[in-house]
Amino acid sequence: MDKSVTETAEGLDGLSRPQPGPPVGLQQPIARGKTMQDFWKWMFSPSRRGPMLVAPALIMLFIMNIFPLMWSFGLSFFHYKASSIRPPSFAGLHYYEKVLTDPVVWERLQTTAQIVGMSVLLQLVIGFSLALMFAKKFPLRREILMLVLTPMMLSFVAVGVFFKLFYEPTFGLLSQAYMYFSGEQLTLLATQWGAVWGIVIADAWMWSPFVMLLVLAGLVSVPDYLYEAAEVDRASRWKRFTTVTFPYVKGLLLLALLFRTIETFKIFDVVYLITNGGPGTSTETVAVYVYRMAFQFFKTSQSSALSYILLFIVIVLTNLYLYFVKKRGEEG
Amino acid sequence: MSVLKMIFGGKKERRLREAGWGWSMVAGLAGLVYFFPVLWIIMTAFKSRADALATPPAFLFTPTLDNFVAVFYRVAQTGSGEALSTGMGMFFFNSIFVAASGVFLALIIGTLASYGFSRYPLKGNETYLFVILTTRMLPPIIVIIPIFLMFRMMGLSGSYIGVILLYAAFNLPFSIWMMKSFFDELSPDVEDAARMDGSSERGVFFRICIPQLKAGLAATSVFAVILTWNEFLFALLLTGTETRTVPVAMARTIGGELGVEWGLLAAIITLFLIPVFGVTYLLQNHLLRGVTFGTIKK
Repeated sequence: MDKSVTETAEGLDGLSRPQPGPPVGLQQPIARGKTMQDFWKWMFSPSRRGPMLVAPALIMLFIMNIFPLMWSFGLSFFHYKASSIRPPSFAGLHYYEKVLTDPVVWERLQTTAQIVGMSVLLQLVIGFSLALMFAKKFPLRREILMLVLTPMMLSFVAVGVFFKLFYEPTFGLLSQAYMYFSGEQLTLLATQWGAVWGIVIADAWMWSPFVMLLVLAGLVSVPDYLYEAAEVDRASRWKRFTTVTFPYVKGLLLLALLFRTIETFKIFDVVYLITNGGPGTSTETVAVYVYRMAFQFFKTSQSSALSYILLFIVIVLTNLYLYFVKKRGEEG
Repeated sequence: MSVLKMIFGGKKERRLREAGWGWSMVAGLAGLVYFFPVLWIIMTAFKSRADALATPPAFLFTPTLDNFVAVFYRVAQTGSGEALSTGMGMFFFNSIFVAASGVFLALIIGTLASYGFSRYPLKGNETYLFVILTTRMLPPIIVIIPIFLMFRMMGLSGSYIGVILLYAAFNLPFSIWMMKSFFDELSPDVEDAARMDGSSERGVFFRICIPQLKAGLAATSVFAVILTWNEFLFALLLTGTETRTVPVAMARTIGGELGVEWGLLAAIITLFLIPVFGVTYLLQNHLLRGVTFGTIKK
């Protein structure tokens, strides 16, 4: 980087590729602040181009995301209720202590982990099988693939309604089918496990196509010669799968696992619409719990403290995910 | 290269094994499983009240458009038989208006930023990008608590400006990551060549980059519109009676004490899904990239 540019940059410079322009030494250091024109020149000098381009986005994100988050971080150290007019008073780590020692919070985390575990596992298994199925050439392949991909683009609200109708005890299809065989109605959502499965099935239905899409991308990129070599070696089908196919999609499966774990961890809309946390609180996930705490009981500080614990979990998971994305990018 | 392009015949495509119509039947069955709930809702939308609640379920019925009329108009209870608006038309307008303006804002700011991040990396570029992605990966409930308080204090809750600003911010990380993934695929050599030929920086951006990225821009904007169109939690908490969007209106229809009017709800959903289907069809080549915020390209 040449000297005259660094002089005007004042710490914010981020130029990594050399700019075509006047050769080193000919460029005049720009006097700033004298007239409007000079100011604009200073603002848009080549070294400031990177910062100028990203500034509007960063400002917007700061105002709409970072600042509110910092604010709620502050609130988590104060006694504050959004529904009362009492001015906030300092509470120190009180709410963090309260949240971390609260058995209800651990229960909600457990419920969430249960739903996440079941749903993500189901998505991986079904998605993988679907991908194996579509890694062949057959008539109408594209059309059928489009049908399978539809759920992924739907709104959570729409999916919630679909399944609510589906599980409805008197005329819902599931209950009707059950009645046909056993003569009784099936009120799936009335029992704890029924409700958990109800949510898991809806979520897995919606997102297993996503896993399929990822895995399929891996499957079609396995080089032909590997399969040919396996054929020459007379490897069995199973052996071919474990030594050629699986290693090739392993990385993508891991990405799918992490991405879906992060996303399912946030599960709110589907739960809110299908069971609303019930029966009792047996399907109340962390997100629903925070929502209740913040907007029904107005325990603002406590919900902020819990939010920060969740934030930490998500940041760790996101970091892990990006690490593997990068690693995959470097390999291939 | 996008996934489906790869699956359906790019240069790198593997010779896939041929399987005949038998396989189509098996795959078709899976396709049916995935499409059936959607199909069932659409069928319910065309059913009369009696057919919708029939046991055993009615697979054959005479279709009626009553439910679709009922979405927008209901007959007044007070005997005059006058048709009253249900307000649903306004909610559809709100959904379209809010999604379009939010995405428009996000896309302008986001495209510029992604160009910056891709071509003029800052010190700590990766950190910025990570923070930006994190704001989007967070559970929305965490972000919404302080925004809710902030908007209430500034009197923005329930107003169009508030919702549009919120959706612009909501779409910004997505637009940045998505557009950056497209910019990264462009070769900077073309831009450098244009600079050598005396093109201004503005010229490079508008006449060299943007024309090459038309498809990417279209994919990003359409994807963002659908994400916003589907969004529920923010809308639930920050829209008022005047600015309510369709998902919130739908959720309220479910929550009624008098039992859910399934035919009506199904009709609302059917109308709500029309743009989604259109878009899924248009976007098929970019689905994976879109759903993973541009972190996975193939």
